Amino acid sequence: MDQNNSVLERVIIKFAGDSGDGMQLTGTQFTNTAALFGNDISTFPDFPAEIRAPQGTLAGVSGYQIHFGSVNIYSPGDRCDVLVVMNAAALKSNLRHLKSGGTIIANIEGFDAKNLRLANVPEGKNPLEDDSLSNYRLVRIDVTKLTRAALVDSGLGTKEIDRSKNMFVLGFLYWMYNRELDNSIKFLTEKFSKKQDVLDANIKVLKAGYAYGETTEAIETRYIVNPAKMKPGIYRNIMGNQAAALGLIAASKKAGIPMFYGTYPITPASDILHELAKYKNFGVRTFQAEDEIAAICSSIGASFGGHLGVTASSGPGIALKGEAMGLAVMLEIPLVICNIQRGGPSTGLPTKTEQSDLMQALYGRNGEAPMPVIAATSPADCFRTAFEACKLAIEFMTPVMFLSDGYIANGAEPWQFPKSADLSEIKVTYASAKEGEKFLPYKRDEKLSRPWAIPGTKGLEHRIGGLEKEHETGNISYDPENHEFMVNMREAKVEKIADYIPEIKVDSGSDKGKLLVLGWGSTFGAIKTAAADARAEGYDVSHAQVRYIKPFPKNLGELLYNFEHVLIPEMNSGQLIRVIRDKYMIPAIALNKVQGMPFTASEIKDKITELLKK
Amino acid sequence: MSDISTSSPQPLFTSKDLVTDQDVRWCPGCGDYSILKQAQTVIPELGIPKEKIVFISGIGCSSRFPYYMETFGMHSIHGRATAIASGLKATRPDLSVWLVTGDGDALSIGGNHFIHILRRNFNLNILLFNNQIYGLTKGQYSPTSEEGKVTKSTPFGSLDHPFNPIALAIGADGTFIARSMDRDPTHLKDMLRRSHAHSGTSFLEIYQNCNVFNDGTFEIFTDKATKKEETLFVEDGKPLIFGKENEKGIKLDGFTPKVVELGASASPDDLWVHDEKDRVKAGILGRFFDNPALKPDHFPRPFGVFYTEDRKTYDSDINLQVERATEKLGEGDLDKLLRGKEVWEIV
Repeated sequence: MDQNNSVLERVIIKFAGDSGDGMQLTGTQFTNTAALFGNDISTFPDFPAEIRAPQGTLAGVSGYQIHFGSVNIYSPGDRCDVLVVMNAAALKSNLRHLKSGGTIIANIEGFDAKNLRLANVPEGKNPLEDDSLSNYRLVRIDVTKLTRAALVDSGLGTKEIDRSKNMFVLGFLYWMYNRELDNSIKFLTEKFSKKQDVLDANIKVLKAGYAYGETTEAIETRYIVNPAKMKPGIYRNIMGNQAAALGLIAASKKAGIPMFYGTYPITPASDILHELAKYKNFGVRTFQAEDEIAAICSSIGASFGGHLGVTASSGPGIALKGEAMGLAVMLEIPLVICNIQRGGPSTGLPTKTEQSDLMQALYGRNGEAPMPVIAATSPADCFRTAFEACKLAIEFMTPVMFLSDGYIANGAEPWQFPKSADLSEIKVTYASAKEGEKFLPYKRDEKLSRPWAIPGTKGLEHRIGGLEKEHETGNISYDPENHEFMVNMREAKVEKIADYIPEIKVDSGSDKGKLLVLGWGSTFGAIKTAAADARAEGYDVSHAQVRYIKPFPKNLGELLYNFEHVLIPEMNSGQLIRVIRDKYMIPAIALNKVQGMPFTASEIKDKITELLKK
Repeated sequence: MSDISTSSPQPLFTSKDLVTDQDVRWCPGCGDYSILKQAQTVIPELGIPKEKIVFISGIGCSSRFPYYMETFGMHSIHGRATAIASGLKATRPDLSVWLVTGDGDALSIGGNHFIHILRRNFNLNILLFNNQIYGLTKGQYSPTSEEGKVTKSTPFGSLDHPFNPIALAIGADGTFIARSMDRDPTHLKDMLRRSHAHSGTSFLEIYQNCNVFNDGTFEIFTDKATKKEETLFVEDGKPLIFGKENEKGIKLDGFTPKVVELGASASPDDLWVHDEKDRVKAGILGRFFDNPALKPDHFPRPFGVFYTEDRKTYDSDINLQVERATEKLGEGDLDKLLRGKEVWEIV
């Protein structure tokens, strides 16, 4: 059949269905195929907290959004062009994310009386049959029936057959966007290498979905999204938590010391553990502790012993680690604490994203307990940020907080991965005894850092602890002047890091002007897109993303003072902005969103234009 | 007693070498002094280089201990010495790690870590100084204080049922469980040697007198006048005999222990013979825990090694996994790892 092909620059697709419908798998498969094809991509999985909420209900809807294009893509995008819905609940909870005139691909069986009732659709109504969707292009496919038909001779039970219906949808989308099936067939072959019948069924249904597009007239137009013009090089696809894990391993390798990862399972940080646990041959020791406190304390023990101690959690777990973080500050030993933030307070929104733990990272300990804090800006940036956190921890003998969040932890993007030789060196210096000299565990070098004296080193026997210690000797001291001196010293030591980190540069726009949008963490993509869109319309706006939050880059103040206005968008009620206002005394403007969802670029752009129109 | 791998031909250092330049700041007369002295006596005999020894403590009077031992040491935070020692031992199995804790530190705020370290069986030694009171915070009841105890925080008497640390350790599948006391230096030294010799987590409960806030709480077990009548010193392979003239013994009637008079009605051959490897009997022995003041007809309090078993240690296993993975997969290649499974090139 002869179809028209239409070339598009970028497309946003959202796959939505019941959490048992396999939408995450469908989304990641489409993503990997797009990435291998050479599109730039950015993704955003959006799933419920319940593993299996009651089937067909609004609470059980799981979604996966992918933004891919032949142009540079910085975020998973705002509203989608195509919404794939496996049932009525998925449509109801996602319709507001679809562009006017967008395409809905609906699984007819998911709109039967039962599913409509579960989705709280008024009695007697069916959006697929009335004209309530007339603003959209509606493609109705009886996925279930077609899947069953394709597998009628497979010998599999109905339940097993129905499980592969996501492959039908994937096949259809592959046809729609002119994609090859090879990559997914390869994936399925590996996944079901021991279940030949299930493998055959999945491939058959995938092909059936593709053929359905070809043989029916469900959609008249197919689309072509050409490869993106990205910086030449070799790329892979990577998720944020995976990148963080690799960053930690890379740092351990570059430092030449093994890593110990003490942790307790928590959403959305657990995937770092799952990833690291595979790499024992990199000297990684993973330890699933009995609780969050044991997780960080075991890592402190490992660091005391000369290994790279790392722990990770999300907000609730970080709260539990507070006292031990203070101990690490006091001991002045290397330790990396990863906080993959989620919606709070308390248990909050475990599977949703937020940036509301910044104050906790900066100040969430008793006493004056300064700790470097650095924040990753995108899934791939989690690699670099985790690596730098380890480098700072080791070279400055300090605990370091690495901030990420659920959005970039589970999101994916293409990554031009580095060569190990190009990664910066990490210098480990263990102290050794000097003949005739008393060992001073708190004697400092030019970085104000103390020696790392590990057990087993002859002549360095010494005691450290959480009590205040005397300058240089480390002996317990209750002397008032000494205490104040040491408090100031620990702060000075962390601030000293500013001499060794890069200065901040605007990411886009000019160095001076009317408006600077200053972001931190995962808002990077949305701000970058918004600023570019606003500049395209003639607005004078620049964008900078601050990665080092404690200490700030030395020139941050200078940069801020170069702009008439500074806008700070955050997925919290205004946390960085307080620190900025406090430190630089500028009337920065806040843009806050606390919905468990990332900013859309248009939300930020609207604020930019509102400010600049005045 | 079983074999004790102790004295090296020439000690690498002496007791004096273990004394630090810090003033010992326990109250005069505190039981901790005796424990420190016995530790400083025994450790040089063990043949471990001084720099390989690490003392880790939590918070409380006992947790000051590392400051007085000229080894590596960490005075950490309340209840967490167990967790810190776990991480240290997991990464540095070559070290001899000693954990000093108290009844509040190990059983109240650190209770969770305590049971988990026992089941995991890291190869280290836990010395729990039990004085049945909070000393450092000046006299509140502890999780081992007897019911009804009147303290600053319980003027009308404590409502808490106390922990039986030995029974708790048996319940948590500890692999070496023993009890000693500050006032019996010979026994305490023996128990320290046995703790060190055991491969796995050695749990040694030490009755320690707090002469300021809970003076005399163990007097019935430690005082010459009552000690022989009220205590039962157990040794592997020997019958359970006690009493002023060693005239009494413990007999097992099925699973029920009974005190018998030796002589006409029973001979030593009829008695329960202590078997350190018998978990069931260790459970029964661990329950000899009546409060003598409340129950005139009580069992004597046992001291010695209740139970010991050989079980693989966590520290050896975690390192074995790393070794085996490296043997199987080869040493990790960072470039290969960064590259991942699928890549594409943009030219």
